[in-house]
Amino acid sequence: MSGDVLRGRKVVGGRVAGEALVTREHISGWGGIDPRTGTIIETRHELRGQSFKGKVLVFPGAKGSSGWSSQFHIARLAGAAPLAMLFNEMTTKIALGAVVTHAPAMTDFDRDPLELIATGDWVEVDADSGIVRVTRK
Amino acid sequence: MKLTDAEKALLDGKEGPARQRAMDLLVRYGEALGAERLVDTNNVCATVGATTPFLRDWAAAHPGGLDAVFSEFSLDSAEVLEIPTVKAYTCHVQQGIDPEHAEEQGVSAQLVQLYRKGEAYMGRIGVQLLNTCAPYQVGNVPVKGEHCAWMESSAVIYCNGALGARTNAEGRESAGAAMLTGKIPYWGYHLDENRLGTHLIEIEVEVKDTADWGLLGYYVGEAVQEQVPVLNGIRHVPNLARLKHFGAAAASSGGVEMYHVVGITPEAPGREAAFGGRKPLATLKYGATERRRAYEQVNSTGRDRQVDYVMLGCPHYSLDQLWEACQLLEGQHVHRNTSLWIFTPSATKQIADRNGYTKIISDAGGVLMTDNCSAFGRVMPKGTKVAAVDSAKQAHYLPAIMGVQAWFGTTAECIQAAVTGRWSGGMR
Repeated sequence: MSGDVLRGRKVVGGRVAGEALVTREHISGWGGIDPRTGTIIETRHELRGQSFKGKVLVFPGAKGSSGWSSQFHIARLAGAAPLAMLFNEMTTKIALGAVVTHAPAMTDFDRDPLELIATGDWVEVDADSGIVRVTRK
Repeated sequence: MKLTDAEKALLDGKEGPARQRAMDLLVRYGEALGAERLVDTNNVCATVGATTPFLRDWAAAHPGGLDAVFSEFSLDSAEVLEIPTVKAYTCHVQQGIDPEHAEEQGVSAQLVQLYRKGEAYMGRIGVQLLNTCAPYQVGNVPVKGEHCAWMESSAVIYCNGALGARTNAEGRESAGAAMLTGKIPYWGYHLDENRLGTHLIEIEVEVKDTADWGLLGYYVGEAVQEQVPVLNGIRHVPNLARLKHFGAAAASSGGVEMYHVVGITPEAPGREAAFGGRKPLATLKYGATERRRAYEQVNSTGRDRQVDYVMLGCPHYSLDQLWEACQLLEGQHVHRNTSLWIFTPSATKQIADRNGYTKIISDAGGVLMTDNCSAFGRVMPKGTKVAAVDSAKQAHYLPAIMGVQAWFGTTAECIQAAVTGRWSGGMR
């Protein structure tokens, strides 16, 4: 068991711990996810068919339709939202999406979370203090 | 975030709970972004309606009515608030259904009723019912430098790139907050420095018709994601429809919200100006190889040549596109195993009715629809397995959302598919 600590900026506050789901590909909201199940549906996406429900979603950023926030908003109401979101590239889509998802979210990390976190790792997110602790699976 | 006294008053609830929640959302959103302040806007394009699939079920189950829908989905408030008249000029983008073609779209009478209720509600609070993804085609044409708060990725990129007005890709909730307050975070594309080009795209092939521009957009979006591409080497001045298709595609394969076409778009009189004197982060070439790859990617779901459904009008067709389709279609008939639906803003359809275009389309066995589209409303002719489209955006989304195959080609190839029932398009 080895661990890593990342420091970043709070986007939405809160503390949670859970399993990571990591992708190096941007995520599309509207037309990219099924908000009722949290499943990625984009045709050529590497996570196609996988759900982020209850996972710490680690990804580069958002892309696609301006329906991004509303799809993640729906995912929250449907009980299919990610547990937390860690991402690198700030955009209006992801900022608003994170705000209305009400899940802890962070960005502006001192090291690249895509390099340091792998799918299945246990991740403790403390957005209020700006700290992420990673335990390898 | 720094707030003015007037903004603080809104946040303190001096103008009622709905505007208070709106300002609270803008502050949370602005702080998430890292914005330093808000900026005034008097041009909002938003979704308020409740006719998309999840919302119609939610609205039906919720006792709070349309104020509850607005509170939750436009203000992120579980508490039901009484929604006052909007402060900013606000236009509605596309809706979930076309109420005039409910039967063809397989939409229930109950849903049409909900739509009509929504229409009356929105009209009452001051939302203009343009009901289109392309508001700039029917009168909302912001001027260069105007601060806007627009939704709909294909409209956002048109607003910034083609018109030189300033907007980020807003979402339903931020646009809802903007219409009630006349404010939006001053961040991203509202600031001069973020509008400068980042990537130089050297165009080495002819880019002429809307399909060419769609392919170019699909390539550029995938290549630069959400950066700012500068197209150099465009030899034919495009038109509204071509830039519309370029932007819609670039905002689908990637997240492009701003671009420059050297010598053509408002903030790119020359290459230097487009980059603000900075060096491009990268220079990419769009030649025959890149064009072929984009074509193959956008057509990656097409397998069966028998076409059940031809969909035109993503983004909503302009009058000249309707005219082109009518000229291609006139005197022919849509194949018995195939449906042809064309989508346009309802204001444009009124003129199409007068011009006789609607009749040409219906005489040929097609239908001219308004307000929604197949991907947004999840509506297609029954039993559709294979669709043909002239929009790279729709080819990108339709297979993901509706589980169908999609062929992408020119408008002429699509009309031919509608008439013959077969896809015979190909890389030109």
